[in-house]
Amino acid sequence: MSATAPHRAVRGGFALLLRAEWTKFRTVRGWVVATAAAALVTVLLGLLSASGSHQSCDGVCPAVPVGPGGEAVEDKFYFVHRPLEGDGSITVRVTSMTGQIRLPDLTPGNRRVISGVVPWAKAGIMIKESMKQGSAYAAVMVTGKHGVRMQHNFTQDVAGSPGGVSKQSPRWLRLTRSGEELTGYESADGRQWTKVGTAHLTGLPAAVQVGLFSASPGDLTVTPGDFGGSSAASRFAEATAVFDQVSLQGPVGGGTWRPDDVGVTLNPDGSAHHPGGFKESGSTYTVTGVGDIAPLSDGQQIENTLTGVLTGLIVVIVVAVMFITAEYRRGLIRTTLLAGPRRGRTLAAKALAIGLVTFVAGLAATTAAVAFGEQVLRANGNYILPVTVFTELRVIVGTAVLFAAAAVLALAVGTLFRRSVAAVIVAIVVIVVPYILATASVLPASAAQWLLRLTPAAGFAIQQSIPEYAHVLGNYAPSAGYYPLAPWAGLAVLCGYAALALGLAIFQLRRRDA
Amino acid sequence: MRQQLYAEWTKLRTVAGTGWLLAGLITLTVTVSVVAAAAVSCTSAGCNYDPAKISLFGVQVGQAMVAILAVLAISGEYSTGMIRTTLAAMPRRVTVLAAKAAVVTGLTLAAGTVSVLASMMVGRRILLDNGFTRGPGTPMLSLAEGPMLRAAFGSVLYLALIALLSLGIAAAVRDSATAIGAVLGLLYILSILPFMIADPVWQKLLWQLSPMNAGLAIQATTHLSTLPLSPWAGLGVLAAWAAAALLGGGLLLRLRDA
Repeated sequence: MSATAPHRAVRGGFALLLRAEWTKFRTVRGWVVATAAAALVTVLLGLLSASGSHQSCDGVCPAVPVGPGGEAVEDKFYFVHRPLEGDGSITVRVTSMTGQIRLPDLTPGNRRVISGVVPWAKAGIMIKESMKQGSAYAAVMVTGKHGVRMQHNFTQDVAGSPGGVSKQSPRWLRLTRSGEELTGYESADGRQWTKVGTAHLTGLPAAVQVGLFSASPGDLTVTPGDFGGSSAASRFAEATAVFDQVSLQGPVGGGTWRPDDVGVTLNPDGSAHHPGGFKESGSTYTVTGVGDIAPLSDGQQIENTLTGVLTGLIVVIVVAVMFITAEYRRGLIRTTLLAGPRRGRTLAAKALAIGLVTFVAGLAATTAAVAFGEQVLRANGNYILPVTVFTELRVIVGTAVLFAAAAVLALAVGTLFRRSVAAVIVAIVVIVVPYILATASVLPASAAQWLLRLTPAAGFAIQQSIPEYAHVLGNYAPSAGYYPLAPWAGLAVLCGYAALALGLAIFQLRRRDA
Repeated sequence: MRQQLYAEWTKLRTVAGTGWLLAGLITLTVTVSVVAAAAVSCTSAGCNYDPAKISLFGVQVGQAMVAILAVLAISGEYSTGMIRTTLAAMPRRVTVLAAKAAVVTGLTLAAGTVSVLASMMVGRRILLDNGFTRGPGTPMLSLAEGPMLRAAFGSVLYLALIALLSLGIAAAVRDSATAIGAVLGLLYILSILPFMIADPVWQKLLWQLSPMNAGLAIQATTHLSTLPLSPWAGLGVLAAWAAAALLGGGLLLRLRDA
């Protein structure tokens, strides 16, 4: 009978340890209040920064087009098109691509315009579902600095051969459509064709638009801010391409080409602001376009409602550190280790308890912050970049995991140091400070990115809701909310640090005298 | 007062952490400054970075060490119960706080001077080797020129004010973990809040109120006209924070039971 007692103790052991740790946490009023305060501060600071963001348009803000993948897109280009009712193909030769770029004004009001093309200026052939902005498309194009590309549905991009076009080295492009399958080809001479890529446009109707297009995103300059961070400015740029040898196959209707300046911005008097253009002389077509066909990153991101997390984290770190150092200070640790002599399991139970508590508090906070913050942002006229439900859940739940992992890391550091001050400092310096230095200081972007790869602050990557696109030039710096690691990879770095620290803490706890 | 100073100096000198913290202040400040300076790359058109801010970048991390030193100087006594002995031996509580402030400030000034000068010289060397210029044809300021001297001297003062602010907060809060969390939160979180708010009026106000942002304005040597506060006014904001914290801490120390 007495021999079975230890067995029972071991079996019920971990649950009992966990319950003991939970009891310790919930009976210290200061810790419970502080954890609730951390959640509250997270929500309130998020709402404060949301209420500080205002956006207004003259009259009604124009609706932002949404692409087939659900993301906000810019769909602004010059399109010379004809209807295609069924399978078919278009073949052209591009003999030139030129353009102009506006440079920063040296004296205010004095426009400086030079000729040239921006890296992602694009011109070529396109098959598009309809003339509605944001509708599905596939296109083969030449670009300013990135050679031939095949792109479809805004987010997809495949590289063809590099190099620009000129009269001496023209580029032949072909796009064929067979049902929902579109295939792009390129050639240097019009005889030897190589495949660039294929696109599958689900639900593409029989009747589509086929034609020539041209577009040029603005010229982007990024300047470091005076107080830190960086600011990006984009100035007008346009691209002009010359096409000849245009041939269409298949049931093409319409008779003549129809030019359309898709999505052009209108001045208050109704005229077009930076209009594109189309010239036809014999069998040569010149198309000039302004704008871009790409995912949009201009707008509020849902993670902008989570600005309070940093403050909440500091409170959570303090509580998690005290959860263990208070035991050392009051001598309770000796009782704890007497009751749970298997020290590794005891500390694991402690880590699980504080992790669960902070996860639940964090989840409540992030859910409320995102839900209410979005409402406040919308009420202030802000446009929130749409994301999928999964992305929104990832941001909300991931940030709660961030809270929990930070708490476990802080607890482990507290066990290693046994002193609250040193442990709090170390936890804040490794989790919070790198994030602040990377996003809001005069540190150059490359150094900031290394900080967010190597330190536990990498975990903040879980908050990034809008991905970085290789085929769109942007200010992808930490200060603009873009992290060098993928969301889950970043969180994994933080969790790795937490696990490593907990392992070390267990090792030390077993070795040392209490 | 001399006896109190001597007592506080003896306590701080004989606590194991002090030497490590001061060494940490110097090492962290210089290392982080060097890394920041090495990370700056310039284009032929010139550099958009402020050479003083970059070569003194480590102060932003090193200040954490100063904060610990100052917090421990008082809350360490609360956690061991030493504070009761201290107050029994020196019943004039405000004088005790003043003596602590003087000793901590003195140590910070000494170690701060070493770290700032070392960072400034090494940082400048690295920046020059990387071809740092202020613009086409304009060489970098020498260390003896007005703005650079002000940045260096001001950064040492900045560290001393951080010590006083931390001491005041620790005297008010007493618990070491809470005090250090409050100090670091006040410094780092308030410094990042302006970047999270889009409204320019709020942004400017929060920037001016933040002890770290306003205080570090003392390091600015370029684009002075675009700063929300002039360098010395910025350091003044931090001084006001430190004075308020010391006043509050002193009052509470006088009024409360130990």
